Amino acid sequence: MFDKEFLDENAENLKKWDQEAEKFRAKKSRPRFITVSGEEVNELYTPADVDGAEFNNKVGYPGKYPYTRGVHHTMYRGRLWTMRQFSGMGTPKQTNERYHYLLKNGQTGLSVAFDLPTLMGYDSDHPRSLGEVGKCGVAVDSLADMELIFDGINLGEVSTSMTINAPASVLLAMYLAVAEKQGVPFDKIRGTLQNDILKEYIAQKEWIYPPEPSIRLITDLMAFCTENVPQWNTISISGYHIREAGSTAAQELAFTLADGFTYIEAAMKDGQDVDAFAPRLSFFFNAHQDFFEEIAKYRAARRIFARRMKEKYKAKNERSWLLRFHTQTAGCSLTAQQPENNIVRTALEALSGVLGGTQSLHTNSMDETLALPSEKAVLIALRTQQVIAHETGVANTIDPLAGSYFVEAMTDKIEADAEAYLDEIERRGGVVKCVEEGYLQREIARAAYRYQKEIEKKERIIVGINDYVMDDEEIDIPILRIDESVEREQAAFVKDIRAKRDNDKVKRTLEDLTEAAKGNGNTLKAMLDCVRVYTTMGEICDALKPIFGEYVEPPVI
Amino acid sequence: MSEKIRVLLAKPGLDGHDRGVKVIAAAFRDAGFEVIYTGLRQTPDMIVNAAIQEDVDVIGVSILSGAHMTLFPAILDLLKEKKADNIILFGGGIIPDEDIVELEKKGVDKLFTPGTSTDETIEYVKKTVAERKKDEKIM
Repeated sequence: MFDKEFLDENAENLKKWDQEAEKFRAKKSRPRFITVSGEEVNELYTPADVDGAEFNNKVGYPGKYPYTRGVHHTMYRGRLWTMRQFSGMGTPKQTNERYHYLLKNGQTGLSVAFDLPTLMGYDSDHPRSLGEVGKCGVAVDSLADMELIFDGINLGEVSTSMTINAPASVLLAMYLAVAEKQGVPFDKIRGTLQNDILKEYIAQKEWIYPPEPSIRLITDLMAFCTENVPQWNTISISGYHIREAGSTAAQELAFTLADGFTYIEAAMKDGQDVDAFAPRLSFFFNAHQDFFEEIAKYRAARRIFARRMKEKYKAKNERSWLLRFHTQTAGCSLTAQQPENNIVRTALEALSGVLGGTQSLHTNSMDETLALPSEKAVLIALRTQQVIAHETGVANTIDPLAGSYFVEAMTDKIEADAEAYLDEIERRGGVVKCVEEGYLQREIARAAYRYQKEIEKKERIIVGINDYVMDDEEIDIPILRIDESVEREQAAFVKDIRAKRDNDKVKRTLEDLTEAAKGNGNTLKAMLDCVRVYTTMGEICDALKPIFGEYVEPPVI
Repeated sequence: MSEKIRVLLAKPGLDGHDRGVKVIAAAFRDAGFEVIYTGLRQTPDMIVNAAIQEDVDVIGVSILSGAHMTLFPAILDLLKEKKADNIILFGGGIIPDEDIVELEKKGVDKLFTPGTSTDETIEYVKKTVAERKKDEKIM
């Protein structure tokens, strides 16, 4: 890309510039110039910082290996990213109302947030659910709840992402059962299941069973979907939560990819053809505050994944090489103080996701450090995406930052850092081993602590927190509250379901499930039979506990 | 001779978000406190029993899930029941201002919200434990 004469001339000019700049360097606007992840950023990037000779191999073209510039040939010119707001609260009926509101206002995909009892496999009337029902997402106990959530929504016409992990198979079974009732064939069903248990042990910490049986549930689901639900993304291999727990960008990238490769190896060991299941694996990354670091991260992600799929796992189908991803703006970057500032933070983070080539995007609401999003706040968040899409021009061309000396240098750097972590994880025996030994959790906790210390030493300024503070501010925005009656309603509803259903059928389907789980049966298939007769999620999860065991985490600080 | 301040840090209920409690744990440890972290998914019963067993001065509870109006009062009730209410109970998380007022009235000593520095929490613990020990000497 750059011939020797050009590079020599550049080196000369750089030297001259450097000497001139030296007289200005005593004055510093800030103590340090580091990314959110703590990486030093140079004053200036020039052609000397990029590997010009490698443009065709390393940067290339969108829709072509190694996909640094994007996974599709035409990217947003062909189709804008999906505007998919993660959403769910209180009762299924309340959630359904919010979904209709979002769809009416231009959202192009659904995304379900479940409450903690559901995430952990407990029914709403379980003693452990006390005080938690409907508080951070929608409560789902049985198929009846799913039917209410999607009331008036044709599952053949929308794509739905469901953020659920430990009991993910149960929720997918319920979604499919709703589709069945609507008369929509499985091969028309589109969506994504988060279903990424490894990152639970590492970061989000919502588990039921230990790693091995949990991975089995996932490979069962993958096999079932490959055959029966071919448009469904079986896993959303996630870095978002790892980042929210405090990791650096390179850790987010590396740990996520390592998790992905673990699932790929498990499915291949299970006898599944990589080219059959890999095209339906998807990813989920954070859009944190360091604008360029994030863009570099997404570009490096695509390149690393493509290379390993092609060279290590010998995938032949080009669609197996594509790292398609959803992005969510960083929840941990939002402040409770001066919450309106969060609108700005979210907008800038969303922009980095778009410039990084995301397939799907969720923008946080300004009030999420205080509560679940109010209607007003989520509308602004959705409009943020629409403004970016239609008013800024950034989606007119593909990967506009390619060729930037800074962005290409950063892409290379984060790629190298992530590869080093991938090698280290491999050296230590793989993700599950690293989880057992607390390696990944410790790396994350250390990064989180370092970040907090930077803020307290004012090496890192957060507006409204350690500078531009307003002591006497009044929070002047509507705050959503989940009423305590939600819990009573849900508990009563599930009791009613249990009373009115055919309990013989429930018993039989649970027995079949345990048989399948003990042997080599497909657990998702068995769960589908269970949910059709209104077996509850808690009952299904409980049935598997004696067979799979329950995970307990040794606390690591 | 000054004794180390003993703190039990706990995550009650189902909430699994432990970034905050771990940062507090590391900061407290660096500040010279004796820190016992219970880990996740503790019931109020488990927390209070551990606090008594470990003979701590302070219990710090982290709740981001919205279940604070159920879990804090449950811990307070158990501390009273087991005659351990000389142990200072404080916490942090996602807790609306009105709820903070109510919980502090019920007996939670202090609730911190997002944006609090670890230094502030360390100073708070030192000061509160010193005052409590002074009160106990007088009593």
